[in-house]
Amino acid sequence: MQTTSADYDETCAAPVVINLGPVERIPLGEGREFAVKGELVAVFRVRAGRLHATQAKCPHREGPLADGIIGGDRVICPLHAFKFELDTGQPIGNECESLKTYQISLSEDGEILLSL
Amino acid sequence: MNGKQRLVVIGNGMAGARLVEDVVARSGGDLFDIVIFGDEPYGNYNRILLSSVLSGTHDPKDIFINPLGWYEENNVKLHAGVRVTGIDRENRLVHGANGIDENYDYLVIATGSSPFVPPLEGLKKDDGEGFTDGVFVFRTLDDCDLITRFAEGGKRAAVIGGGLLGLEAARGLLNLGAQVHVVHLMSHLMEVQLDADAGATLKRSMEAMGVQVHLNKATTAILGNDRVRGLQFKDGSQLECEMVVISAGIRPNVALAREAGLLVERGIVVGDDLKCVNDSDIFAVGECAQHRGQVYGLVAPLWEQTAVLAERLTGHNPNAAYQGSKVSTKLKVMGIELAVMGSKEPEGTDEVVSYVETGRGIYKKLIVRDGQLAGAILLGDGTNDPLVWQAFDRGTQLPENRAALLFSLAEESGPIETASMPDSAQVCNCNGVSKGQILAAVNAGHRSLKAVCDATRAGTGCGSCKPQVQRILELACDGALVEDASVHYYVSGVALRKPELIQAIREQNLRSVSAVFNALAGGKEDPSSKVGLASLLSTIWGKDYEDERDARFINDRVHANIQKDRTFSVVPRIYGGVTSPDELRRIAHVAEKYDVKMVKITGGQRIDLLGIQKEDLPNVWRDLGMPSGHAYTKAFRTCKTCVGTDFCRYGVGDSTGLGVKIEKRFQGIESPHKMKLAAAGCPRNCSEATTKDLGAVAIEGGAWEIYIGGAAGSQVRKGDLLATVGAHDEVLKYMGRFIQYYRENAKYLERTYGFVERLGIEKLRLILVDDSEGICGRLDADIQAAVEAYVDPWQEAHEPMHPSQFVNLLTIPAEAAPGLHQIEKTFGD
Repeated sequence: MQTTSADYDETCAAPVVINLGPVERIPLGEGREFAVKGELVAVFRVRAGRLHATQAKCPHREGPLADGIIGGDRVICPLHAFKFELDTGQPIGNECESLKTYQISLSEDGEILLSL
Repeated sequence: MNGKQRLVVIGNGMAGARLVEDVVARSGGDLFDIVIFGDEPYGNYNRILLSSVLSGTHDPKDIFINPLGWYEENNVKLHAGVRVTGIDRENRLVHGANGIDENYDYLVIATGSSPFVPPLEGLKKDDGEGFTDGVFVFRTLDDCDLITRFAEGGKRAAVIGGGLLGLEAARGLLNLGAQVHVVHLMSHLMEVQLDADAGATLKRSMEAMGVQVHLNKATTAILGNDRVRGLQFKDGSQLECEMVVISAGIRPNVALAREAGLLVERGIVVGDDLKCVNDSDIFAVGECAQHRGQVYGLVAPLWEQTAVLAERLTGHNPNAAYQGSKVSTKLKVMGIELAVMGSKEPEGTDEVVSYVETGRGIYKKLIVRDGQLAGAILLGDGTNDPLVWQAFDRGTQLPENRAALLFSLAEESGPIETASMPDSAQVCNCNGVSKGQILAAVNAGHRSLKAVCDATRAGTGCGSCKPQVQRILELACDGALVEDASVHYYVSGVALRKPELIQAIREQNLRSVSAVFNALAGGKEDPSSKVGLASLLSTIWGKDYEDERDARFINDRVHANIQKDRTFSVVPRIYGGVTSPDELRRIAHVAEKYDVKMVKITGGQRIDLLGIQKEDLPNVWRDLGMPSGHAYTKAFRTCKTCVGTDFCRYGVGDSTGLGVKIEKRFQGIESPHKMKLAAAGCPRNCSEATTKDLGAVAIEGGAWEIYIGGAAGSQVRKGDLLATVGAHDEVLKYMGRFIQYYRENAKYLERTYGFVERLGIEKLRLILVDDSEGICGRLDADIQAAVEAYVDPWQEAHEPMHPSQFVNLLTIPAEAAPGLHQIEKTFGD
């Protein structure tokens, strides 16, 4: 696994990668939350197969993004329908700050690997 | 050479300058060196506002769209005050006065038009040079200036021509303190736009303002030698005056094009690509162009043309085509609001709807063809113009009650109020969006209702401010409104209207939301469209629908209503609002056991338990032992009742019994939006049945009135009487029939009140009571099937769809704990 030093804070020698278990734990096309090292992370399983991970709470009024509707790599917050891009975290049609995003991938065994 | 091509534009008026603006906005400055010739020595100005300059309400400097500096900033070379004398097509060269020549790769002719001056005796000075003193035309800023200076001191002024421009000139002269006469050749004013009655109404309004109107008058001569003294008419009469403004129509400026050998008829002939038919590097736009036999003299078509041409020239859309414009115009004639569109007289079997109020100078006329608006004249009252405009532009089916289009039935703030509102005024009360924010979005290029709403979030809450947002949009873009095709789609992510979408779903046997995206949207999943599609598929396929839970809103995944703190509210079904001590005990027990934060009686006569954690939902349902009240979804909600005949001394019908039957039958039936029902035991209507989506009211004689399309939420509307029937079963039959028809035909998120108003009660009665389409039997069977397919969703307490259906937070597997080690194992191949 190749990483460039620029990707990470210099004080942090290597990314911490955490196995969140089999992808089937999250229903297809939905999201769920994980508490990882004191941070609440929303993990999304897009129907097309990709995974995304963002901060769990909507910057607008702290709506639970994991309960939102996702599709086309976007999420709609369930409280007031604010939209965000899942891969970049960027807001769509609203002026919230971008969501914090995390690197996430699927292992060959079908397990969710989150980099923190 | 910088490798750019040369784009030369002849004409710096409304069309030429707009084209350059459109090209620059599409980064055309990177492709072209742009040169523009204008024979007036200014930047470009809004010619429509000239009459306001004349009447003194606008300063000349206020009507400039682009001052000279704009051209410099955008690297556009402007030859201001340089008249073009010839086009040399062979050498691709434009000759300007003073020896200025410019080469072109592409040439756009936007020479506009000039006033038509009839050959009157005494028009010119004796030496033949220039008009007799006191004679003017009205076309340019310079004309304005000359007229203003001459009119000083309360002169008597005659305007020849009672068309739009003539009346605008008359208004200007009136404000300058002149005594104004309008002399018109025809039998009524503005005969191009108005019918005789509207013309007569306008004449009365103008006379009330002090303008004298002379109809059927052919002017033959201008009297006086060096100075105007009066007008001589063909019928022998005369009119004394000191000045004359000639406004007898305009003629396209086509001399340059004709001399250059381009095909010219009334205007320069162009195709849908706006190219001259016999030179594919030369284009024409605006009042000098003739497209499909039409020469347009209004600003909106011209803007459509320049946008198309800019798309083509810059390669943004090389296939953009101009299809002609629906002619519609909105203007103020001497301060009187006027909107005109389409045909002004009926043809064949057209229906005419008209309203006249001579006292206030109001005249309204609609021409209806096949249920759609084919034309309209709206004079003197602009309140409902946006609605009429929209119906005309979009070709929508008009409401059965045509009056709804002419008058604001519910008093809402009109366009005048919208126009005079300060920018800080809040328009969207759900999301706190001000008029200023909406204007800013329009100015930033969002020119359709959907684009403005998406950009500002205005109208995305309860939606009741959308008409006002639309009005602000119309004011701000001054007619250059863009219609977003997706407003017609059932959902924005699949480019089909509801009937075509249903047909495609049936034909291709699409039973899940993902199947619809794959087959009908090129595989592109749109999150905003998922819920609407799920609702439709469930209605079409019933129990054969392939339910993908991710297409549901969170409420429908967990069968409860999400609250702002991520807890949920639970409302068990209490049929007809009639409960029992035993049910109440169970509810009380649950409230205590699960630490419910609030126990609330709802408006629908049931009990809401607020503040329940998602994880507790299945246990709550099990402990309640009551079915779901569906208070969280787009479906049949509840049937409110009064106590009816059992106890009430006024009751004439068993409303509680009916309410219970209604609820047992229709519980959980999904629909485009929520449905709230009521049954009232007498016309006192204590359960408010006439303002419900469906309501039944008992009347003396053992009968029930069935109302549909009532509302008492963000909109208030009294329901329309669908039918009066005898027994409970009959009420259930007609209600079921309407519900099924609504399920199949309403747009997603269209409440019954919008749906009933859109179709009209007369039409609905024909279909649902008289069976005019022969579908009642089928509707009855389909609603019966939906009733039979009903399953209480709270049964999922016993059998969840997925192990994490009611879980917010998933735990991290223990062995993952130091993490890094685990990963190396995973990647260790």
